[in-house]
Amino acid sequence: MNNIAGNKPALVWATHISVAFLVLLWLLPTLGLFVSSFRTADQIASSGWWRALFATEQTLTLRTAAPETQALEGDLYVIEGNIFADTGEEAPTELTAWGTSSRDVSAYEPGETAELRDGERLTIEADGSYRVESPVEMEGSRGQRVFITGLVPPRLTFENYQRVLFSGSTTDGMQKAFFNTLTVTIPATVIPILVAAFAAYALAWMDFKGRALLIAMIVALLVVPLQLALIPLLKLHLNIGIGKGYMGVWLAHTGFGLPMAVYLLRNYIAGLPRDIIENARVDGATEFQIFTRIILPLSFPALASFAIFQFLWTWNDLLVAKVFLIDASGQTTVMTAQIVELMGTRGGDWEILATAAFVSIAVPLFVFFFMQKYLVRGLLAGSVK
Amino acid sequence: MAPALQGLLTIVIGISVCVGYFFGSNLLLDMLFPPRGPKAGRNTNIANLIRPWLFLFPALFALGLYLMYPVVETLRLSLTDRIPGGGYQWTGLSNYTQMFQEPKFWEAMGNNLLWLLVVPGMATIFGLLAAQLTDRIAWGSIAKSIIFMPMAISFVGAAVIWKLVYDARPEGQDQIGILNALVVWFGGTPETWLTLPFWNNFFLMVVLIWIQSGFAMVILSAALRGIPEETVEAAIIDGANPMQIFFKIKVPQIRSTIMVVWTTITVIVLKIFDIVFAMTNGQWGTQVLANYMYDKLFIARDWGVGSASAIVIMVLVLPILVWNVRNARREMS
Repeated sequence: MNNIAGNKPALVWATHISVAFLVLLWLLPTLGLFVSSFRTADQIASSGWWRALFATEQTLTLRTAAPETQALEGDLYVIEGNIFADTGEEAPTELTAWGTSSRDVSAYEPGETAELRDGERLTIEADGSYRVESPVEMEGSRGQRVFITGLVPPRLTFENYQRVLFSGSTTDGMQKAFFNTLTVTIPATVIPILVAAFAAYALAWMDFKGRALLIAMIVALLVVPLQLALIPLLKLHLNIGIGKGYMGVWLAHTGFGLPMAVYLLRNYIAGLPRDIIENARVDGATEFQIFTRIILPLSFPALASFAIFQFLWTWNDLLVAKVFLIDASGQTTVMTAQIVELMGTRGGDWEILATAAFVSIAVPLFVFFFMQKYLVRGLLAGSVK
Repeated sequence: MAPALQGLLTIVIGISVCVGYFFGSNLLLDMLFPPRGPKAGRNTNIANLIRPWLFLFPALFALGLYLMYPVVETLRLSLTDRIPGGGYQWTGLSNYTQMFQEPKFWEAMGNNLLWLLVVPGMATIFGLLAAQLTDRIAWGSIAKSIIFMPMAISFVGAAVIWKLVYDARPEGQDQIGILNALVVWFGGTPETWLTLPFWNNFFLMVVLIWIQSGFAMVILSAALRGIPEETVEAAIIDGANPMQIFFKIKVPQIRSTIMVVWTTITVIVLKIFDIVFAMTNGQWGTQVLANYMYDKLFIARDWGVGSASAIVIMVLVLPILVWNVRNARREMS
């Protein structure tokens, strides 16, 4: 089949370029946020994230040292130093132009000398070292203002992650939300599997009246919007004393995940070889033994597929957590809810927002890249054919 | 007790209860109707009648309680109003008529319709394109991984990612959103995309298309690979060009899979909530049904109208539900 395109080099190139374009389109938004999470607030606000990867030309307003540091050399009063002395880590590596007037910030090349008022002369070299000479004693409390244009190397920082993960800040800190999310996710992933597996086995390999109807019902429940369940179940939880909390959210996720679990596992278990199961029955194994000794081990791939699905779905969920878990105390907030909160309260603070979002995205991405095989398999089995 | 510990305990208890239930109930059944002795045959038959239901009971109970009961209860709530102080009052269709008079509801309906027209179609087209193109190049699997990746990202995470893309700074300043940076680079003026009437809906849709195209690609790529090679070879021999092969030979053969992808994304679109909630919260004319419902239920605390809008979502999903069930039944028989 591949030789269709292979016949025409132009088509092959078109294919490569189109795919590269698609990939770029799909990667850029995420990459932008990822890069931003390693930049300081000032960097994010002053230039696009795509500039973070290259040295950028920036114009800084700096001052020479104050006149009180002047020294007398012969008959000249002189101030010497490095113009970048006080800029800290933001220091440009190389000076490309400089000026003394805001109307022409790049009037001079490195090494040139500017004539200032009162006969003062200023020379700045490419490395930032400067020399001010004056025939008379210089006065004033501040040094000469200079505009420096230079290449600032890219600088990435882990400060944002430090702040979001370890500072313990109640507004920016994601630490608690991270563990809350984990607490929601793991039981909500494990519990439905076992319940669903038994049901799936019965629907796949046991003969009884109404089986076809039940399978149809499961297929129907796959698409029932969980929006319908919010108020009735919240009422139910409040009535039976579970209230808003972890128990409620575990039960809700279990209930909402079951149709997909049963459907996926039934499809897989029904496809297991008939001989194995019938031989076991002839040999006198009970249904319970068949299930635990044969079906469960053989269905591992399907169980893994569902587990990944349910994990991603519960980790990424916002609505169920907001309705069934998060109460007024805010102690049980999950990451998705906290990010939405941050978007409201600190909408412009991209460094916090980007980092918080990436902390939340990192775990699913990790799961995704390491277990993509099972995810793909699950998708193929799980979409209703 | 620490929630983490509580979680661990719940897992242990949950699993033990499950195992205990399945083991115990099966044991009990075998004791009541032992498959040996004088009535072995009759006992086995009776046990075989009961056993499937033992296996099914926990799942059916949970499904009934968490999905079927709410449908009925929501329907009932949509026809009643809460009386201050407790209790309910039957009000017939008044919640629906009240909702139908609200312009915000029709805005949500209109936008949802727009989403339905654009997102499933675009995601399917992008998915098909990506599947067809990546299948024929050496680095296709890496490309696929990257296009598939947004599937793992939460809607909320995606909302943050795209908000940065759409970020706008006043004219003259350096743009930090890549979209506005491109617009300025081409000589245009920067826009605040998310407040742009009507078109802002499309900027929200882009986020879901970005997420769902990977799903479409994975399913359609498997379907494309399942096409019998003879059909394609025959077309080549008959002199078909690549375009004709794709549109006239391949696409018709995977039509049923395309429908599956399209309906699956359609259901997701009908329930779309997080993206709108996080990016605009329905302001600037971007309201959708699920967010409208959330507003009614939890902000306005009007359970009647909120439930009525949930029923509207259910009614919109119904055709797909019926279609799915019919397909599943046809496949089994």
